[in-house]
Amino acid sequence: MSTIWAITLKELKSYFVSPIAYVITAMFLLVSGYFFALILNVTRDAGMMTYLFGNMAVILLLISPLVSMRLFAEEQRNKTLELLVTSPISDAGIVIGKFLAALLLLALMLACTLHFPILLLVLGNPDVYPIISGYIGIFLMGSAFLAIGMLTSTWTQNQIIAAVSAFSISLLLWFLGASSNLAGSGLGQVLNYLSLNTHYESFAKGLLSLSDVLYYLSTIGILLFLTIRSLETRRWR
Amino acid sequence: MITVEHVTKAYANQQHAVSDLSFEVPQGTILGFLGPNGAGKTTTMRMLTGFMAPSSGRIAVAGFDTVKQSMEARRRIGYLPETPPLYNELNVRAYLDFVGRLKGLKDKKQRQARIAEVAEACWISDVLNKTPNKLSKGYRQRVGLAQAIIHKPDVIILDEPTIGLDPKQIQETRKLIKSLGGQHTVILSTHILPEVQMTCDRVIIINKGRILAEDTPENLIARSAGLQRVTLRVHGPQAEIEAHLKSLEIVQGVQYQRSDAELHTFLIESQAEGIQARLAREMVARDWGLYALQTAEGSLEDVFIQLVTNEQGGTDA
Repeated sequence: MSTIWAITLKELKSYFVSPIAYVITAMFLLVSGYFFALILNVTRDAGMMTYLFGNMAVILLLISPLVSMRLFAEEQRNKTLELLVTSPISDAGIVIGKFLAALLLLALMLACTLHFPILLLVLGNPDVYPIISGYIGIFLMGSAFLAIGMLTSTWTQNQIIAAVSAFSISLLLWFLGASSNLAGSGLGQVLNYLSLNTHYESFAKGLLSLSDVLYYLSTIGILLFLTIRSLETRRWR
Repeated sequence: MITVEHVTKAYANQQHAVSDLSFEVPQGTILGFLGPNGAGKTTTMRMLTGFMAPSSGRIAVAGFDTVKQSMEARRRIGYLPETPPLYNELNVRAYLDFVGRLKGLKDKKQRQARIAEVAEACWISDVLNKTPNKLSKGYRQRVGLAQAIIHKPDVIILDEPTIGLDPKQIQETRKLIKSLGGQHTVILSTHILPEVQMTCDRVIIINKGRILAEDTPENLIARSAGLQRVTLRVHGPQAEIEAHLKSLEIVQGVQYQRSDAELHTFLIESQAEGIQARLAREMVARDWGLYALQTAEGSLEDVFIQLVTNEQGGTDA
């Protein structure tokens, strides 16, 4: 445990010393603030935050690869991976430690947007449940993006390649449902089910459905497992 | 302390990087791994540390199998890879603290004490608050060394520890490595011969993934010498001298090298003790003018080149 936490702390330090954390958080706040202002101007209904969450999801799709790309690619380029994997910590421990750091950064970014709903609560009378479930949903979706990015980061020592691969895979998984009409009913349903976007809708409506939470958790679980495996292959190459 | 049994490593679509390697390293020994570039040194070290698994064979460190009991083995190993594994975002103190935690030093006070100790041992106390991108190559290497010993491992593995250092730093690093022997078992790789001669208790010479020789540096040098070589400069009739030298039963080989007027130089090979004294007597008895009698020192370089070139000749033929 203490070694996993050591990795998390080290990653967080790296995020904040190299100004990645500040730049990404600032960009995220800038763009989501812009959308929030637009939404405030155009609509006055109780679901205003729902629109904003939709926009935040797209922004996260774009910037999560930038958070995750360095996690393993940089260790490989720097030759520091040799230090980590020869230390008395399992590959799973390394992966979890790093993922935890990325999650904490994501949580911080989302926490920085809390003034939007607080503003709404002060000025108006929005539904509270869709706001809470919306934050949970967006956090889960963002975690899935980060898990995808961490996996692609183990494939290469080039951060750009890691980011581009992560972005493409995330986008494909996001729009997988769109191809369900073409694929016929059986396969179409499966594709629709696998799509990252489909499961987000219930959160936006204020529902915390167990099956959707489980979908995200298992997707993240599978991605972490693949990351651990990908890391292990170096032993046998 | 370290047992390597019939270890082979084959990379995908490439010849064996290491074939059928077997050796043992007793506790407290400093072992030098000597070989030309691409001989399989780094591959062997990476297998010892568990970074890679052998394709076949078995490695045990302090009695723990590096694949099956990897965690136990890793706890007992300190490793300095070819490139010191430093993070530009962490200053030296934060870095050593991170590595200390990673290696299982849980107590903060204990870690701080160890950081101070290794910083002093590796002469990096004055740069603890600097980040690695502001450090010279020598300092980076020493921070790498400090990192490898912070958890007092039984086994320290150093891949080319003096590469890229200036002569003064090389000397200091060697001193440091020598001071680690005894309480730690050290394995270091190098392609620099004097390094082995100066720091190591035992040497393994490796080429193309195979062990060519294993012994103490002194024995290896003696082996090359096996024959002693003596240079003789003498004044007198060349043909007669040469014939007489060849007639001596204790002389294995006589090589005429050059003449300067009546002064001739011969290179004489012999296994006999006291060959120098005997040659001197022979020359004086025949009234030839003895000008110089010099024993050519065997060096590890001779053994190395002899072994490596023999091997290459052997496999090419």
